[in-house]
Amino acid sequence: MTEVDLATDLGGLAMASPVMTAAGCGGRELAAYTDLTALGALVTRTVTLDARAGSPPPRVVETPGGVVSAVGLQNPGLQGFLSTDLPWLAQRRVRTVVSISAGSLAEYGELARRLATAPGVDAVEVHLEVSDAHQTGKAVHVVRRDLPHGVPVLAKLGAGGDVVGLARAAVDNGADAVVVTQGFPALVIDPRTLRPTLGAGRGLLTGPAVLPLALRCVWDVHEALPEVPVVGAGGVRTGFDALAMLLAGATAVQLGSVLLHDPAAAGRVTRELADELARRDLKSAADATGLAHQQPEGSSR
Amino acid sequence: MSTAAPETGPVQVTGEVLSVKKAGAYQHLTMVAPGVAERFRPGTFVTLAVGGPLSATTLRRSLPVHRARPTGAYGGTVECVFAVEDAATSWLAGAPAGTPLDVVGPLGRPYALPKEPVTCVLVGDGCASAPLFPLAERLRERSCVVHMLLGAATESALFGALEARRATRGVVVTTGDGSVGLRGGVVDALSDLLTRVQADVVYAAGPPDVLHGVARAAEAHGAWSQTAVDVPDGCGTGLCLGCVLPVVGEDGVTRMVRACAEGPVFRGDRVRWRDLGTVPADARGAS
Repeated sequence: MTEVDLATDLGGLAMASPVMTAAGCGGRELAAYTDLTALGALVTRTVTLDARAGSPPPRVVETPGGVVSAVGLQNPGLQGFLSTDLPWLAQRRVRTVVSISAGSLAEYGELARRLATAPGVDAVEVHLEVSDAHQTGKAVHVVRRDLPHGVPVLAKLGAGGDVVGLARAAVDNGADAVVVTQGFPALVIDPRTLRPTLGAGRGLLTGPAVLPLALRCVWDVHEALPEVPVVGAGGVRTGFDALAMLLAGATAVQLGSVLLHDPAAAGRVTRELADELARRDLKSAADATGLAHQQPEGSSR
Repeated sequence: MSTAAPETGPVQVTGEVLSVKKAGAYQHLTMVAPGVAERFRPGTFVTLAVGGPLSATTLRRSLPVHRARPTGAYGGTVECVFAVEDAATSWLAGAPAGTPLDVVGPLGRPYALPKEPVTCVLVGDGCASAPLFPLAERLRERSCVVHMLLGAATESALFGALEARRATRGVVVTTGDGSVGLRGGVVDALSDLLTRVQADVVYAAGPPDVLHGVARAAEAHGAWSQTAVDVPDGCGTGLCLGCVLPVVGEDGVTRMVRACAEGPVFRGDRVRWRDLGTVPADARGAS
């Protein structure tokens, strides 16, 4: 079989493979099961300026083919993160993307400025809680402005909005890549209480059930903005799922709920992706990006 | 297939079902899981991926370990006891011998063992008492005096009452309907037992109201309590933050901590039992 090159350039972030972990689904906890240094990159749990206790439980509910969750960004705050998780990752040379979220532009700016001087930050992912193009653009603009140029900014677009419009707003304001999706707005009703099951009420659906929805988002963004690197996230479980994301237009993929199911999934998906590419005589992951958009030879469609 | 792992801590292995036998109202699962048994300490648990290869079930099921044998005719085996409550446990109960099982474990913090040979009372409700049996063994190895208090709603829902007689100095049984032993719950009988045996430590496993009652009774008698909470379906590795509960730290600060990673065993006097299911306003980071 062909030797496959998995090396990936994601908007200036050089990665050994296109397989990343999604925010909140990868961390030190995985080290017992998988080689974190072999990841394209690890995206940290989303960090806010001040510690957050998160949403009341239940926070994760299983539904057919997926989970609906609302964790409420529980995290130790930037200071806690900088003194524990980040040094641990940096010491082991894990390629690290720090996911950040803030309630105001001033907070986004402060997060960016403090991360700018922290060792071990390979890129920053802006976790956008709103699906409004104007606000998306403003948040990305501030983070981009306050980070050094060598640190790529990924914009993880808010759930449930016009994905192409949001992507355009992010890129116009300096995002080096966009991440779609966070999941899809969802609700579960508890048969006993007859009220929403999640402590927070509303949640996001992720898992295998959303893969076709996420593929469509990747497809639409790539079609509208073919020059923009896209990270596909949503329901990827296998090497072919990852390949499908690339074919639809993604440069890289993020693994989320599959890591809750199988803490060793990242290594497996990476190996399977290499096999899937080789089997189709594709020499590199980059070669696959957007391939599904090309008309087959001799097709009159 | 097994992933590289340090000498301690969890491993992920593809094991298989050796047998699933009915045990009263419960199912007694024995699985081959090389590497898990060697690392086992009482109070830790395993997680299983359920439903087989065609399943799109995302969350893993957490089961406390009832018994772990590092060596045997089949290699290392692990035993768990569970009740059939949903499609996942029903699948597991019906899994024929030889069914491959993705097992991760042992996970979580075990029961803390005393350094001195003290008197211990082990309290279990229903099949939650399963992990108390290997604990009793370890405590006896340390020359501790071990008493057990087992309860359930009815006689058929009791677990391990016979085995407890072999494993301990004394056994007290309670049933809600009075069909066997004392009528009432384990908490109703605990105070008398603690006084009678002059217990130094209480170990418990069961639903939150039982654990809360145990923690209160232990505190009233000046005994330590070690309570193991149920770990809800999730990842089991600490990633998903789905199983948090409010626990007061050494510094007096309440944090939302994970049952799977910081637990499942907590000091009973550290858990804010009344605030389970909420994020208390004074929890670290609560707005």
